[in-house]
Amino acid sequence: MDDQHSPAVLRVEDLNVKFTLGSALFGSRRTVHAVNGVDLELRSGECLGLVGESGCGKSTLALSLMGLQLPTGGRIILDGEDISAPGVDRRKRARMAQIVFQDPYSSLNPRQSVWRTLAAPLRLHGITDKDEIRDRVTEALGRVGLRPELADRYPHEFSGGQRQRIGIARALILEPKIMVLDEPVSALDVSIRAQIINLLLEMKETLGLAYVMISHDLGVVEHMSDRVAVMYLGRIVESADWKAIFTEPRHPYTRALISAIPDPFGKGIGTKIGGEVPNPIDLPTGCSFHPRCPHAADACRQPPVPELEEIDEGHFVRCIRAREIGQGE
Amino acid sequence: MTDDTLLSVEGLCIDLMIGDRPHSAVTDVSFSIRRGETFGLVGESGCGKSVTSLAVIGLLKHPLIRAGGRILLDGEDLTTVSASRMRALRGARIAMIFQEPMTALNPLSPIGRQIAEMFVLHKGATWHEADRLAVKALGNVRVPAPERRVKDYPHQLSGGMRQRVMIAIALACDPDLLLADEPTTALDVTVQAEILELIRDLSSARGTAVMMISHDLGLIANMCARVGVMYAGRLVEQQEADSVFRNPQHPYTQGLIASLPLLGARARHGRKALNEIRGVVPAVADFPKGCRFNPRCERSTDLCVETDPDRTWLESGGFVRCHHHG
Repeated sequence: MDDQHSPAVLRVEDLNVKFTLGSALFGSRRTVHAVNGVDLELRSGECLGLVGESGCGKSTLALSLMGLQLPTGGRIILDGEDISAPGVDRRKRARMAQIVFQDPYSSLNPRQSVWRTLAAPLRLHGITDKDEIRDRVTEALGRVGLRPELADRYPHEFSGGQRQRIGIARALILEPKIMVLDEPVSALDVSIRAQIINLLLEMKETLGLAYVMISHDLGVVEHMSDRVAVMYLGRIVESADWKAIFTEPRHPYTRALISAIPDPFGKGIGTKIGGEVPNPIDLPTGCSFHPRCPHAADACRQPPVPELEEIDEGHFVRCIRAREIGQGE
Repeated sequence: MTDDTLLSVEGLCIDLMIGDRPHSAVTDVSFSIRRGETFGLVGESGCGKSVTSLAVIGLLKHPLIRAGGRILLDGEDLTTVSASRMRALRGARIAMIFQEPMTALNPLSPIGRQIAEMFVLHKGATWHEADRLAVKALGNVRVPAPERRVKDYPHQLSGGMRQRVMIAIALACDPDLLLADEPTTALDVTVQAEILELIRDLSSARGTAVMMISHDLGLIANMCARVGVMYAGRLVEQQEADSVFRNPQHPYTQGLIASLPLLGARARHGRKALNEIRGVVPAVADFPKGCRFNPRCERSTDLCVETDPDRTWLESGGFVRCHHHG
């Protein structure tokens, strides 16, 4: 369980990312609120699973953490330092947070050998001693289960699983405290996924890394996460310890997501919710989920947006009916 | 073979031409589907499951060629019929839903038109009549306000709605057999549940047989009555869906199931390291000799390296292709 005393390596406070669409000239300017007032906390050795359907803002949030998307509001504090401020040293941020991408085919430069891929970040960060570079590349390869003599090869000579290992080694090479895992196994063959999942979990233990993991595969999220945050249309709608999310989900959306997974041992597809994620340009009033929610009442359709409320210790839900619904079923 | 067999694939072999050399991408695959039955083919990328379905609907093209075997639809061998006969069957008696509805629909034509086309081509309806039937077909796949929606173009629809249009097109002429190749892989999970239910409801109401293809073992076991597991161009195991999950016989199926982080497993049993299948999925040109799973198999012996195992029939009626099954 998470240690209350260990300090947070990552704190996200009221993070907002807005995109403007259309042109001001014709007065058709509209905004999409991709990330809307998100607060997060992550301790070392912890894996935070970020769950939600396409368009919920989870990838935008991940890009903000990496400094690849400038937030329009709020703060991202990495190891005590605000990295969302303009003019922050990008190399410093790179030493603290790294990302593993979904697709190991497009995220490695096909014209660079593994050696160059792994050594480039070290050189950029001022490590010029050849022996040290060699030692660190060898160590990173060893950590991800690749033999050091493979370093001279190019990405096309590797299988998907091996490429993902190279992607992980590249993320590890600067010894970051945080790794963002953006769908780390979904592009891999099913029989290869377990290898990468086991590797990531083992690295988390031995290196004390913290993960922010985005995945749509709830089985993977349950297996790997310590805490889980569920996002819907830019907002966190529920966050809790993994066990609470998967055994006592309280937000109707979380329940819908979990029950939508086909159960291989059952013949019921599970309860469904109607409709699809609405257009993020015109958010529904009140609770954004109300048009699809089986429990929506009149109050849910009225502003304001429900607050993220702590209904159990460490269990936050953004639903005004969470308490009644939780008891009812 | 009982009388209600609709599709019977016998000894299907498909070669992939690399340069002038043929490589066997699908080898001796046999299965049959009864009327109204839902049959699942599960396997990883490159195992030959999609290619098998393309062969059934007669859409194999270079560099893929059929190298042997028969495909019987109600006794009629689809591998020997003329192109025009195949065209008449395709759409009318066999229909297909593809993974990516955006690339399968024509972006320049309103969706109503694309559905109506089915009635004009296969039922001899006039366009006027067909447009009316298209509205009905769109309503059947639970698209709200179908009379307005028929005028929409594919880009105006969400992924789930596009897939509904694909289903409407596929089911327009009440086919006997629906091929669904990863129909929900591109969709979010809540939408996936709706689409799966739609396929299940419509096919059972009309008595349509469904051949569903996916890499998702959980989905296949949930949707299908019988399941075939493919590995490296071979059908390595075939059983009732329940048995495949509860009592898998082939070491590959067993390894695959043990490697899945199943929803609810950690809450019930705590976190255990997932079972890893060693090695990698071989490419078509590198399929190993003997049993194709032998380099990755823990039970592999000399026999497995030398001899390709034949089918062993199981008491349950299925089969497994392994020297050391069970």
